[in-house]
Amino acid sequence: MSRYLSEGSDWDFELLARYDEAIADIAHNKYGLDTYPNQIEVISSEQMMDAYSSVGMPVGYNHWSFGKQFVEVEGRYRRGQMGLAYEIVINSDPCIAYLMEENSIAMQALVIAHASYGHNSFFKNNYLFKTWTDASSIIDYLVFARNYIADCEMRHGVTAVEETLDSCHALMNYGVDRYKRPSPISAIEEKRRQREREESLQKQVSELWRTFPQLQPATQLREQSDTFPAEPQENLLYFLEKNAPLLKPWQREIIRIVRKMAQYFYPQRQTKVMNEGWACLWHYTLLNDLYDKGLVTDGFMLEFLQNHSQVIYQPPFTAPFYSGMNPYALGFNMFQDIRRICETPDDEDREWFPEIAGSNWVETVKFAMESFKDESFIQQFLSPRLIRYFKFFQIDDDDRNDYVEVAAIHNEQGYRKVRDALAEQYNLSIQEPNIQIVRANVHGDRALTLRHQRSSGRPLDDDSAREVLRHLHRLWKFDVHLESVENGTVVSHHSMPPEPAPAVSS
Amino acid sequence: MSYIIDRRLNDKRKSTVNRQRFLRRYRKHIREAVNDAVNRRSIKDMEQGERISIPRKDLSEPIFHHGPGGQRSIVHPGNKEFHQGDRIARPEGGGGQGSGDGQASNQGDGEDAFAFEIDKQEFLNFLFEDLELPNLVKRHMEGAQTFQTKHGGIVSQGMPAKINIVRSMRQASMRRRALTAATRRRIRDLKAEREALLQQDQSPQRQARLQELDEQIAKLERRVERIPFLDTVDLRFNHHVKVPVPVSRAVMFCIMDVSGSMNQDMKDLAKRFFLLLYLFLQRNYEKIEVVFIRHHTSAKEVDEEEFFYSRETGGTIVSSALKLTRDIINDRYPVTEWNIYAAQASDGDNWNDDSPACAKLIEEELLPKLQYFSYVEVMPRAHQALWDHYQNIMAKHPAAFSMAQIDEPGEIYPVFRHLFKKRMEDA
Repeated sequence: MSRYLSEGSDWDFELLARYDEAIADIAHNKYGLDTYPNQIEVISSEQMMDAYSSVGMPVGYNHWSFGKQFVEVEGRYRRGQMGLAYEIVINSDPCIAYLMEENSIAMQALVIAHASYGHNSFFKNNYLFKTWTDASSIIDYLVFARNYIADCEMRHGVTAVEETLDSCHALMNYGVDRYKRPSPISAIEEKRRQREREESLQKQVSELWRTFPQLQPATQLREQSDTFPAEPQENLLYFLEKNAPLLKPWQREIIRIVRKMAQYFYPQRQTKVMNEGWACLWHYTLLNDLYDKGLVTDGFMLEFLQNHSQVIYQPPFTAPFYSGMNPYALGFNMFQDIRRICETPDDEDREWFPEIAGSNWVETVKFAMESFKDESFIQQFLSPRLIRYFKFFQIDDDDRNDYVEVAAIHNEQGYRKVRDALAEQYNLSIQEPNIQIVRANVHGDRALTLRHQRSSGRPLDDDSAREVLRHLHRLWKFDVHLESVENGTVVSHHSMPPEPAPAVSS
Repeated sequence: MSYIIDRRLNDKRKSTVNRQRFLRRYRKHIREAVNDAVNRRSIKDMEQGERISIPRKDLSEPIFHHGPGGQRSIVHPGNKEFHQGDRIARPEGGGGQGSGDGQASNQGDGEDAFAFEIDKQEFLNFLFEDLELPNLVKRHMEGAQTFQTKHGGIVSQGMPAKINIVRSMRQASMRRRALTAATRRRIRDLKAEREALLQQDQSPQRQARLQELDEQIAKLERRVERIPFLDTVDLRFNHHVKVPVPVSRAVMFCIMDVSGSMNQDMKDLAKRFFLLLYLFLQRNYEKIEVVFIRHHTSAKEVDEEEFFYSRETGGTIVSSALKLTRDIINDRYPVTEWNIYAAQASDGDNWNDDSPACAKLIEEELLPKLQYFSYVEVMPRAHQALWDHYQNIMAKHPAAFSMAQIDEPGEIYPVFRHLFKKRMEDA
């Protein structure tokens, strides 16, 4: 009987359990990773394609856009242009991870370490996930959403529901409260409250849009302010759900569902680098530990390392298949670098990172994982050594010049500039146009005005802006205006329905 | 603690609904692609799936994002030769749409079209969407070879293999209750009386009566127990019956002029038309026979190969083919049993004196027997006498006769659609 967990590349369920146990032992007892319980599901490649095209949600409502994604994934997979990612993991409690049946045991072990211990502990401990998502109720909520939307399709027709969903999806990125802490969602609660909401919401809205003169002074409690809303609203979907004049109660509920999805995915969009980097750090560390304990063969390690190095490969910008930073590469190297700074710091590290140089590396990477998002993580931890390793350089592109300028490279003067610029690149509030609702003309033509605050002279993409406005108009049902403002003056204007001349009402 | 679950046997087709929604939404694009495919494909591979390609901008899901312009900084890896302050001519389109991860700029080029496959069945569905066979009424019962075994309810006779256990047990339970009802009622009464007696003071009479009651109760309970738990009369059997399945069948007559004036291009046009009709009939009938009739001055029934590819010369007498059609129908395809369709393709040439004869033949002898007669003229030129006569027929029998002209391959499908498009008034 050999001391190896297995030899050869075949796997069975008992073997998966043994590997899981061995990995869990190291993860929990040696490194003290805090995880949700794991639910590891073995699926076929067709099922993986299904999972893929429903953005990883195990239960999703029906919509053509998921079909489009499925058709695309299926086609590319069939033609061999794309291998299926070997990991999909769901932020839920228990944490669901998928293993594909075609994979060898080395790959299965890699995925278990990566998803079920790496991502899992990230989901459980990162402050954004703690704040924004409730892992224990998400599956229930997804089931609620699916049933509700199916029910709406029965009652109001597939087309009507589809149109509403299309419009909501267009505004999905603007369905998040960036600053307010959301309250956790729970399916049972949700269902109980949903009916209540339907009735009371409609009442409120009717109150807001009341056109008859108030007869009783007592009901005139609502302050008749000149501008509504009193402050600009960043959460467009929330505003529509609560205030759009002509929506049916079920449409408001659908907006709410899409809003909740946006909120659920919001932390993932902000922690791509960290999340993947963290998971890569742990699959790398855990499997190496397995090898050090003599539990896996050399062949296993070779297969694992080959896959690992593919995953964390960063092509240079000159490569034909270069498509920006690989979050796996950046994240993994940053976490490894933090470990190095802790374990074997040199003078440069002591100068740049005095507070972590020489500290306990496990504690330090955990602290980094728990308390940051991509932008601040890079700002805090990107070391000069890594900038040199990646040979980063910063290009400034100003449309007033006919050239682009290399603003900084990987040298003494450039480190901080490169680090700032790279961090900025992961700042969602800069990458996404800043658009807020500033005025709903309650007492007049009911027109809705949005303001795009331009920064650094970056304009909106006009075609897509028009399309999105069309969707907004479909939900609001009265005129919608979008004005781009730079330094206090309106520089461009869109309206739906389109107007011949730019008209800014009162 | 981890749970490892085998989900491989779960439903694989979770995305089917979403996929259909997608196809439904882009029906217009897909139909165009199918249209093109029909004209492009050779006849042999008509029954295949098709690769559909839709311009990406038509299926965009718009969101607010930045357009090109303004000032921005982008960090790239892999610097080899740049120094701070270097100025580089702005690359074409590249780096411009750097919305976060820069994917848009680099992948944009090769993926202007969104391409995917639809399978054979979906292809045919789109191909014949909104089309309808006229007069699809005659359905003939043919008992000989097709029977379907259907569930025929529950019966009390049958073989052991078909026992319906649940129904049998239910039956047994009913019987036991029914047969013992009176006895059990009597037992209940006796027991009540016994209870009442036990409340009284002791006396010899009471003891005697109690003894009597106990005996009676015991006797009655034995009687209840003797009722069999399951009896042969309880047994119920699943019953299956053989039902003859109605078979609908059709015969399609392909009539083509092969005189010297018909060249190979024209024959190809005609062939495509016949093929579409064949595929279409196939979807509507379970059994299809095809009869090929070619003619010049005389008509002949031939096989497919000869029909399309062998050459002949000579003049043209259309009525010869029509007569042959009539004879074959009378001979082999009784009107009561077959749905009969005829499609004629010709370059419009005919012996002038023959055209009135053709019209008469079609009107009086063929149309009463046919479901539908369609005529296509594969010749881009002025019509001749045959066309005029046929037009008279069409005016008189719009539901059963139609005609159209095809000039080039691209027109076949539209013409076909025109000939078979859904007719609301027929429905």
